[in-house]
Amino acid sequence: MRKLFVPLTVVTAAMFAYAPVLIAHAAYESTMGLVQKIFYFHVPAWWAMFSGVGICGGASLVYLFKGRPKADALAASAAEVAVLFGLMGLVTGPLWGRKAWGVWWQWDAKLTIALLLELTFVAYLLVRRYGGPGSDKLAAAVGIFGTAVAPFVYEAVNIWRTIHPKTSVVPTLPPGMAGTFWFCVLAFMLLFTLLLTARVQLEYRRVALDELYLRDEDDER
Amino acid sequence: MDFDVVGVTDVSRHFGRRRALSRLSLTVHEGDIVGLLGPNGAGKSTLIGILATLVAPSAGEVRYGGHTAGAAGAALRARIGVLGHELHLYGELSARENLAFFAALHGLDPAAVVDQALDRASLADRADEPVLGFSRGMRQRLGLERALLHGPRLVLLDEPFTGLDDRSVGIVTDRLRQLAAAGAIVLLATHDLDLADGLVTRVALMRDGRLLADEAATPGLRARYRQTIGQA
Amino acid sequence: MFLKTALLVLRKDLAIESRSFEILATTLFFAVGCVLVFAFALVKEGQAPPDAAAAILWIALLFAGTLALGRTFERERYGETIRALLLAPAPRPALYVGKLLGVLCLLALTELVLVPLIALLFAAPLFARLGLMLPLLALGTIGFAAVGTLFAAMLMRTRTRDVLLPVLLYPITIPVIIAGVRGTAALLASPPDEPTAIMWLGILLCFDVVFVTLSLWTFEPLMTE
Repeated sequence: MRKLFVPLTVVTAAMFAYAPVLIAHAAYESTMGLVQKIFYFHVPAWWAMFSGVGICGGASLVYLFKGRPKADALAASAAEVAVLFGLMGLVTGPLWGRKAWGVWWQWDAKLTIALLLELTFVAYLLVRRYGGPGSDKLAAAVGIFGTAVAPFVYEAVNIWRTIHPKTSVVPTLPPGMAGTFWFCVLAFMLLFTLLLTARVQLEYRRVALDELYLRDEDDER
Repeated sequence: MDFDVVGVTDVSRHFGRRRALSRLSLTVHEGDIVGLLGPNGAGKSTLIGILATLVAPSAGEVRYGGHTAGAAGAALRARIGVLGHELHLYGELSARENLAFFAALHGLDPAAVVDQALDRASLADRADEPVLGFSRGMRQRLGLERALLHGPRLVLLDEPFTGLDDRSVGIVTDRLRQLAAAGAIVLLATHDLDLADGLVTRVALMRDGRLLADEAATPGLRARYRQTIGQA
Repeated sequence: MFLKTALLVLRKDLAIESRSFEILATTLFFAVGCVLVFAFALVKEGQAPPDAAAAILWIALLFAGTLALGRTFERERYGETIRALLLAPAPRPALYVGKLLGVLCLLALTELVLVPLIALLFAAPLFARLGLMLPLLALGTIGFAAVGTLFAAMLMRTRTRDVLLPVLLYPITIPVIIAGVRGTAALLASPPDEPTAIMWLGILLCFDVVFVTLSLWTFEPLMTE
């Protein structure tokens, strides 16, 4: 990963630079027109967020039951990156909604529960910050439970009739949109991976530093 | 399951950058009364927590007669008795009810053990009053009996003499000697060197999470303590 | 041993509570106070907004329940009796179940007061479809209490536990609130929308199964330092 980091960063930057061009040339959606194009950033942002949530949940499980500090580092980093991309999703969503449906926010199930996932992982970060000693395990519990709630998110939109586009819109994208969409997805997932890697490496450094401090104390004796 | 020796091997416990215990190794045998002595922050309470299976070590292992806590599971807890600083009693319940609850929790028949425990704690006449109204000494005696209800092999006591009057101290020290004579392994952490002197058979001196000395007890504990802890 | 331990813990909690009824009484009055605050805030010209009754019922339960959870575990923190409990030679999740049952009893009694009160204040036909209303209340309460008991237990060691409990608990239990409120609202509609209520009941059941299992599983690692 180390060796790939810089080249991938360059590639990702290039992709993001090119993306607006692609988006501008993508097919026009009949009902919503120009505004719909925010979808190319909005959906990948949420996908990145859900990836972060999934990674945090998995790493939290490993940390809680196996106690590996690296799993804890991964969970903490994934939560931060997830909150970041969730914020992107939460900002782009209302922007889209305002233009497309005339409301900034609609309390339908999908929006609401996406918000609550974001809140859950903000809570994760709060616990890490304000929970005092032992907060890493508590945060792991939040991570696990938060991730377990996620399927209820996905199920809700399929059961609850909503003005939000159904989740199954992606497989049926017309060719003019599909290419651009998957390009943006790739760009976002690359960005997500890069940010996560950078953050995880930072956490690993911190863990290593703690170990050095501890070993230094040992050597003093 | 049962055991007659507890081996602590290279146990460390840290909280972030703070080391509570550092590569501690210790072996205690049945019949020992081990005094864990050291200044505040030495790691005595942490060590007791680890021995009680309430705290997991960051490194190293503890073996109870060859079994680790993870392998032995719930059966191990039946052989351990702990009295912490806060005494583990429900204030709203009476002495009898507290003992009955913990007896039942350990799978004992309350009728068989509660009265005996109350007598040993000299609380038979106050048995049905809420514990909230007891003095510290009374609660300490009750707490000790609660910890010993199930006849544990390993008895862990964290500052058992705090707030006790002279008579209560005598009762407790006699009880501990009886236990050791019957084959229990007693570990007590205390600041009170005068009380420890004459009671303990082994001495483990700790400071800053390290074990500085682990030896048989000799008269003149205070001098030995000052010599070891003062110098390190 | 598992069930026996859980029931012992429950009986102990009920015994303690029956000395003074401190937690029950204060939780009840807090819940009633909540309802009144919402009533005054929402009722306009004698009319509450639609679905207000359903919403207020579940919100009052959420708030009162959070307080009750904190105080139930405060009892175990004082005197550090939780350590003595953890030393019992029984599977540690049994302790979780025992505490959970205690919390459920408390909340059930609160609901016994809240439901008639809300039915009265908002002229809401909460008793119309008891066959569905009761399971809805039961499953919703179990879902909330299951996660709440776990979080309250693990937060016992934390200094900022009072504020962290709601911060952690509310996002995770919002599916319970949504299902509870929507299900109750469906039952309060005229005519009562039973299929919708049953659907939300199903979701609550899934939630309960998943989260009780998860809590049982994570209880022991979370309670050892």
